Amino acid sequence: MAKSIADQVAVVGMGCTQFGEKWDKGPEDMILDASVEAFTDAGIESEDLDAAWFGTLLTSGSGLMVSKTLKTGFIPVTRVENKCASGSEAFRNACYAVASGAYDVVLAVGVEKLKDSGFSGLPNTDPDPDGTRPNISAPAAFSFLAPAYFEKYGLTPEQGKEVLSRIAWKNHKNGALNPKAQYQKEVPMDKIMNVPMVADPLGVFDCSGVSDGAAAAVIVRTEDAHKYRHDPMYVKALTIAAGTGVGAIHQDFDFTSIKENNAAATTAYKQAGIKNPQKEISMAEVHDCFTPTELVIYEDLGFSERGEGWKDALNGKFDLDGDLPVNPDGGLKSFGHPIGASGLRMLYEMYKQFQGKAEKRQIEHPKLGLTHNLGGRPWECVSFLSIVGKELG
Amino acid sequence: MVGITGYGAYIPFSRLKKKVIAEAYGEKGGSGEKAVANHDEDSLSMAVEAAIDAKADAGNFNADVVFFASTTPPYKEKQSSAIIRSALDFKRNIRSTDVTDSLRAASGALLSAADAVKSGEKSVLVTASDTRVGGAQGGFESLLGDGAAAFLIGTENVLATIEDSKSITVDITDQWRSSADDFLKSWEERFGVESGYNQLVSDAVHDLLTSNDLQTTDISKVILAGPKERYQKKLAATLGFSDDQVVSGHENRIGHCSTAQAPMLLVDCLEEAHPGDLIVMATYGSGSDAMLFKVTENIRSYAPRMGFAKQLQSKRDNLPYTTYLKWKNMLPTEAGRRPEIPQPSAPAMYRHQEQNLEGYGSVCTSCETPFFPKQHVCAECGAIQQMEPYKFTDKKGKVVTYTSDYLAVSPDPPSTFNVIDFEGGGRMICEMVDYHLDQLAVGMEVEMTFRHLYEAGSIHNYTWKVRPKR
Repeated sequence: MAKSIADQVAVVGMGCTQFGEKWDKGPEDMILDASVEAFTDAGIESEDLDAAWFGTLLTSGSGLMVSKTLKTGFIPVTRVENKCASGSEAFRNACYAVASGAYDVVLAVGVEKLKDSGFSGLPNTDPDPDGTRPNISAPAAFSFLAPAYFEKYGLTPEQGKEVLSRIAWKNHKNGALNPKAQYQKEVPMDKIMNVPMVADPLGVFDCSGVSDGAAAAVIVRTEDAHKYRHDPMYVKALTIAAGTGVGAIHQDFDFTSIKENNAAATTAYKQAGIKNPQKEISMAEVHDCFTPTELVIYEDLGFSERGEGWKDALNGKFDLDGDLPVNPDGGLKSFGHPIGASGLRMLYEMYKQFQGKAEKRQIEHPKLGLTHNLGGRPWECVSFLSIVGKELG
Repeated sequence: MVGITGYGAYIPFSRLKKKVIAEAYGEKGGSGEKAVANHDEDSLSMAVEAAIDAKADAGNFNADVVFFASTTPPYKEKQSSAIIRSALDFKRNIRSTDVTDSLRAASGALLSAADAVKSGEKSVLVTASDTRVGGAQGGFESLLGDGAAAFLIGTENVLATIEDSKSITVDITDQWRSSADDFLKSWEERFGVESGYNQLVSDAVHDLLTSNDLQTTDISKVILAGPKERYQKKLAATLGFSDDQVVSGHENRIGHCSTAQAPMLLVDCLEEAHPGDLIVMATYGSGSDAMLFKVTENIRSYAPRMGFAKQLQSKRDNLPYTTYLKWKNMLPTEAGRRPEIPQPSAPAMYRHQEQNLEGYGSVCTSCETPFFPKQHVCAECGAIQQMEPYKFTDKKGKVVTYTSDYLAVSPDPPSTFNVIDFEGGGRMICEMVDYHLDQLAVGMEVEMTFRHLYEAGSIHNYTWKVRPKR
C-alpha cells in the first residue's frame, strides 16, 4: 500500500502575478515577480532552495529559464509539461520530491507568455505528422459537451445556453472582486447570452481569455513548516489521471462527462479521506476553460448528482455565498489561461482563503479546498486534483 | 463484347448562381448555375467520389487498370491515379495511368480501357474529372463548372457495348493553358468553333456513322461535347440530328465540366437509356474521338449508388461569389491569426496510407470491437496486438455530438466538427462538409466522403470526412 501524500508537505509561501495582456513583461519578468513574492512570503532567499520544478507548455524548454532568471545556483531545475495541467504538475512533482526526503525546500513555478505569439487561441501542440487530424479549436472541442449534455438531460438549447451563461456570469462576478484577475468586471446575463459565437453554442463569454501570467509556491516538509510561518497550507491529496483516449474511439463515451475527472477525484478523495465532497469541501477552484467544462466538472467531482449539475448551477449552489463556492477567484474565465501558471494560480486562491486574505471574496472558515486543473480535450485529458487544507489531520 | 459495365457521376454539392456572378460586377443577366467543388475538393477527390458512385452493389469493387483523365490534376509530376487506387482500396498489383492536358483525355482513356480489355484485362476503371477555372468576370468563369464521371469497362454484364470509334487528331490553338498559366486562354471564339469544333467533330461523327452504315435517325442520343451548348445544338442540326436526340441542358445546371463534360452527359444519358439504344458520344480537343455505344438489356437492372439525376437535386445553391473566389484561390485574403499549416511528412503519409486513404482502422479479434484509428491495445477488452484491419469508409454513421467552430481558420467558416458513431461499432471525430447549418442535429445520418484537405509546401493531402447522407 502506497503511503499517502496527506499532511506530509506544506506550502509556506506563494506568489502570483496579475494576469492579463502583459505587453511590457517577458516570461522571465513574470517568473521573477511570482517567485520573489513567494520567497518574501516564506521568508526565504533563492539560495535556500534545494530544487525547483518549472511548469510551462509553450514558453520555454528546459528549466534553464528559471535557473538563469532567479540565479538559483547549481540546484536541479526540472521543466515539466502536462498540457493545461503543467503548473499543477510542477507542484505535484515538487511536493513528492519533498515528501521523499530528498530536499528540504523546493520551488514550484509556472509561467506562460501567450500574448507574444500574435495568435488567437492556443496553437495545437499535438504532433500531426501526416497532417490529416481535424483542425478543431479548443472551444470547439469542449463545446462537444454541450449538445450531448442537453440532449441527455432534456434541456432545450435555450435552457442549456442559460445554464452555461449562468456559470460565466458567476465566475465574472467573482473575478470582479479580484485585483489579480485579467477581467475585473461583472458581465450581465443578457450580454453573455448574446455575444458572437466562437464554437456553437459557446459565445465569447463562454471561453476563457488568452493571457500572460505566472505563479509560484514554496514547499517544505510539514514538520518544518512552522519554521517559516504559523499558517501554512497542508497538502492532503494530489492526483493526475492520464486518459486513454477512449472517448474518441469507443461508443460508450457519451460526451456528458470527462472520465479522467472522475478517476482523479476518486483517487484524491481516497487519499484525503473524503467521504462526501459536497459536505467536506469548503471551496473549489476548477478548470473552467469553457462553461460546459465547469458544468460537467460539478458532476464528475461529485459536487452534484449526475444530471443535476445544471440545476445546481442555476440555483446558486456554486456562487461565492452558495453551499460550495466554485472558482471564488473568478476562475479561468476571469484570469484567462496562461497554461503553465493556471494550476498554481488556483492553489494561490486556496492559500489566501485559508489565511483569511481573500478580501471581498473571503469565504467563512474554509477548512478543505480542492483545485482541479485539466489538460487536453474532453475525450483525451490529463485531469489533476489537489485537496489542500488549513489544518493538519 | 467490350463495353461499359458500370457508371457513376459526381456533382459537387455547392452551386453558384450565374446571376450572382453578374451581380458581383454590377451586371444584369446570367441564368442557371454552375457546380463548384468545395474548398476541400479537387479533380482527384471528385474522381474518387464518381468511382464510388459507380460501385452499384456492395460486393467486391476492383479493377485491373485505373485511368484518371483531367486537365487539372493536383500535381504536374506525381500520379493521381495511384492515390485514386488507394482511396478506392483496389489491390496494389494493377496498372494506372493519368491522361491529361486535353479535353479529349476522357475519350482517350475510355478507348485505351477498351483496348486493355480486348488484350485481356478483365475490368478497367476510367475516371474523368475537372475543376478548370476561367479568370474573374470572363466568359469562361460563368461557363465552366466542376464535376466528375466514372466508368467500368469490361466484358461481363455489359450495360452498353462499345461498338466502334473514330478519331481525328489535328493541332489547333483555339484554347490553351501553358504550364505557367492559372486561367484558360482562347483565340477568338468563332475561329475555334468554325475551324476546329465544327469541322473536326463533324468529321469524326461522319466517319463513325458511315463506317457503321448508320443514318442519324438510327441514333437514339448524341453527345457532341464542345464549347457552349448552342454550338453543340447547331452542329447536331447540321449533321442531321433533331433537338430531341441531343443530350443538353447541363451547361445551365452544372456548367461545362471540361474533361468530364462528355462523360457526365453519357452518364445522364445512360440513366435514361433503354435496351437497344444507340448512343454517339464525341469529344473535342486537338481533334475529336467519336464513340458508338449500344445499350443492352442489363441496363434495366443497373443503378449507380446515387447517380447524376439525384446529385443534381442535392445541393446548396446559395454560394456567395466571394466564397467561390476564395475556394478557387482567386481572392487573396488576410491569413487567420493562427500558426501556418506545416508541410505534412511524406514518410508519415506513406505509413498511414491504409488509414488515411483506404479508410481502415482495426478490429479486435478477441472481442470484435472496431476502432478508428488503428489501435494496438483494445480499449474494450485490453487484448494486446490482436487487431485486424477494419474498413470504416463504407459504413454509415450517426452524429453523437457536433459543433460549428468559428475560430478554426477555414475558407468556408464555420467548420463543423462531429463525433460519429458507425453502424457495427467504432467512432470517429471528424469534420462535416456539404451540410445546411440549420439542419445539424444529434442523431443525423452521415456518410463518408473523400476530400482534399489542403496543400502545404506543395504537398497535397487527402483523407475522409463526413457529409449528411445525400
